[in-house]
Amino acid sequence: MEFFNIKRDIPFMSYARVTTMISLVTFILAVAALSIKHLNLGVDFTGGTVMEINYPHPAEVPKVRDTLTQIGLHDAAVQTFGTSHDILVRLPVKPELSSAKLSEKVFQALSASDSSAKLQRVEFVGPQVGKELYENGALALLVVCLGIMAYLAIRFEWRFAVAAIIANMHDIVIILGCFAFFQWEFSLTVLAGVLAILGYSVNESVVVFDRIRENFRKMRKASVPEIIDNAITRTMSRTIITHSMTQLMVLAMLFLGGEALHYFALALTIGIIFGIYSSVLVASPIVLWLGVSREQFIKPEKKEGEEAEALP
Amino acid sequence: MNRYPLWKNIVVAVALLLGLLYTLPNFFGEMPAVQVSSARATVKVDQSTLQQVEETLSQNQISTRGVTLDTASIKVRFADTDTQLKAKDLLQNKLGNGYVVALNLISSSPRWLTSMGALPMYLGLDLRGGVHFLLQVDMKAALVKTMDRYTGDIRSALREKKIPYAGVSRLADQTIEVKFRDAVTRGQAMNELLKSMPDLLLKETEGGGDFKISASMNPQAQKKSQEFALQQNITTLRNRVNELGVAEPIIQQQGADRVVVQLPGVQDTAKAKEILGRTATLEIRMVDDEHDINAALHGEIPFGDELYTERKGSPLLVKKQVVLTGEYISDAAPGFDNQTSEPVVHISLDGRGARIFRDTTRDNVGKRMAILLIEKGQAEVITAPVIREEIGGGRVQISGSMTTQEANDVALLLRAGALAAPMEIIEERTVGPSMGAENIAKGFNSNIYGFIAISLFMMMNYRFFGLISTLALSANVLFLVAVLSILQATLTLPGMAAIALTVGMAIDSNVLINERIREELRNGISPQAAINAGYERAFGTILDSNITTFIAGTALFWLGSGPVRGFAVVLCLGILTSIFSAVVVSRSLVNLTYGRKARLEKVSI
Repeated sequence: MEFFNIKRDIPFMSYARVTTMISLVTFILAVAALSIKHLNLGVDFTGGTVMEINYPHPAEVPKVRDTLTQIGLHDAAVQTFGTSHDILVRLPVKPELSSAKLSEKVFQALSASDSSAKLQRVEFVGPQVGKELYENGALALLVVCLGIMAYLAIRFEWRFAVAAIIANMHDIVIILGCFAFFQWEFSLTVLAGVLAILGYSVNESVVVFDRIRENFRKMRKASVPEIIDNAITRTMSRTIITHSMTQLMVLAMLFLGGEALHYFALALTIGIIFGIYSSVLVASPIVLWLGVSREQFIKPEKKEGEEAEALP
Repeated sequence: MNRYPLWKNIVVAVALLLGLLYTLPNFFGEMPAVQVSSARATVKVDQSTLQQVEETLSQNQISTRGVTLDTASIKVRFADTDTQLKAKDLLQNKLGNGYVVALNLISSSPRWLTSMGALPMYLGLDLRGGVHFLLQVDMKAALVKTMDRYTGDIRSALREKKIPYAGVSRLADQTIEVKFRDAVTRGQAMNELLKSMPDLLLKETEGGGDFKISASMNPQAQKKSQEFALQQNITTLRNRVNELGVAEPIIQQQGADRVVVQLPGVQDTAKAKEILGRTATLEIRMVDDEHDINAALHGEIPFGDELYTERKGSPLLVKKQVVLTGEYISDAAPGFDNQTSEPVVHISLDGRGARIFRDTTRDNVGKRMAILLIEKGQAEVITAPVIREEIGGGRVQISGSMTTQEANDVALLLRAGALAAPMEIIEERTVGPSMGAENIAKGFNSNIYGFIAISLFMMMNYRFFGLISTLALSANVLFLVAVLSILQATLTLPGMAAIALTVGMAIDSNVLINERIREELRNGISPQAAINAGYERAFGTILDSNITTFIAGTALFWLGSGPVRGFAVVLCLGILTSIFSAVVVSRSLVNLTYGRKARLEKVSI
């Protein structure tokens, strides 16, 4: 069986205007979502306490809320988590109460009102730690971008580096936009996923760029848009297969990995979908517009010719 | 064209074999065990303890699955958890307070595997359950404490040289101000302090009709004092954690002022927090040699005395009145006596402690003083030396037929009692054991099902080459798990996610190769040449695309913390193993299948 054997080159570059418009619109929407709704940062970044409590019977959320109000925790957020048997309690950082004691106090109160409550997990993060993680996360994003750009600039050409990074930042912003829009929880694990996508999505652009470079050497007569179209078409089958493979793995995580990996897998899913789109339909047009040309890749030959002419 | 030289095939075969060997321990599961370790630095776990453990168990007809002694602990394996619990209680009773007997799980892989260093991956707390604390040491308080000590030191130094001063005080900004009546005495003092306090930055200032010297710590001394505070806190924490009876706790420095404490398998977090926060104290008291020790042994303990047993085993009557507490000790270090060159412990006392100590030793020459460590409400006499002469200047030397090791231990104990600076829990993560097991199952299942789905798809799409890709992918997983096991990396849930993600991404290299081969075949090149070209051409692309992901992984490792780091390690290693397995292993398989035929009509792709 053979999928995706495309015989003729698809003229992607002639759609460039449309595809970049679509990207631009999604990008702007994502930025809007981010600036209006903001990321729903998890306890890793904001600091505070999260407790997961399991009951052998469906949990009574209002009762839990009452119990917490009784011990003076009015700002506790209580919600079911995954199944109806599990609840999640979130408490913001309390400067006046010793952080380590808080979770104990909450659990004591909860088991007093229902002795079958079982503590599954507690996460407490101090505000200082949260802030550091936030800063380190932003720094990691920056370092990854610079590192990738430097590598691409050396291995290919600066135009490719710029195009790849724009395309990939576009993916990252859209993932973040989705998280802001749907108010999904943004945790440390999700950040790891986002950064992994940054590396992964560049893969995609690199494979296409590699082909473009090769085509410049092979297809002497073709115009630049034709060369890019050919490169994309030739790698199309690989693109689809590779991404479906990774997506299969991610879907397994999404459905079987449990709550802990849910948002991580979701971030990867969005990243993979937009990764294909951006590397094919965003990165390549940008390379084209930045003025990529054959001369940039076959300099040595040209030099020889020039030198020969210059000689008397 | 498509033939590997023999050595390359051998390399592949050896790599696969090693991969298999080092992956193997992960499949043997764990066996209940009891771990015996020392609770105090003065108690050693050695061959004789091992013998004692073995005897105790055989006397009570408890059968074991092997007893091992490593550097710091004895591990006894059992067939089931009932025997384990029974043995734990029995051993704790028999061995007493000096030892920590903890429940543990030990890999049940056969001994020949363990002896060649093949151990299973270490499971993170999110997979096995337990508590993680991150504690922040209050460095400002540590500096204040040190400055307080210097304040006393300055005072006693000036007093000793009979230089009159009008007042010594520590200011809020951690400088010490010494006032004098005139410039001459200040000059004298300056000379003296420059000589005796090399760690201080001294400055002569004037103001309000006063002649002053302001002193602050130089940066090196500040750094040293903070490092000391952190080290002492870690030592103290280690002692306290020992009492919880936790198997394999992790207590590590993180950054300049933080300590990570991980207690696998701990359920009672409230108790853990209480013990971490508790203080142990050190006391110096006088020994009562006037009363009859034999009478005391028969129950007639004189009023105001307490009966203790010294480390060497002889009983000792100690006065209840405390001469000095550990608060006055600023440092303790093992060393050698200048004259007799026998091992001793040097103790530095702060200014006030030095004065008290000088007065006490002057009044009690020829008598003995006892140094006690009080923990859990129980006191233990570390040593009880005879006072030979008055000891001034705050530098005390404890001697008394010690070995070098014992001197080390006593110095450690003297430092270990109290915290050098207060600490605060700034991060806490607790995972219940059932949730840990659930996390493992979920992570494992998603890996397995994802893998099966990919294999089916590859074989459908690429037929024989799909099979090769699946085998290469299996080799990749094998290598990855083996490398993680060799490195003894901690496997966490994000780490399992990273394995899944790298497996998904690793197939990319295979797809690139297979697609390239198909394309070459379409262009009408002979099968052998197409296979060769496919591998050669795809290699550059594989390298480029993986290096970018590798860059991302490295940055994650560098800037990440905790689970993100675990994720990054797996991601980076996964990239390396996937390049090897996709390029070398799969090529070697293809070469073995197709390489022999000189004329190949058709390939299954």
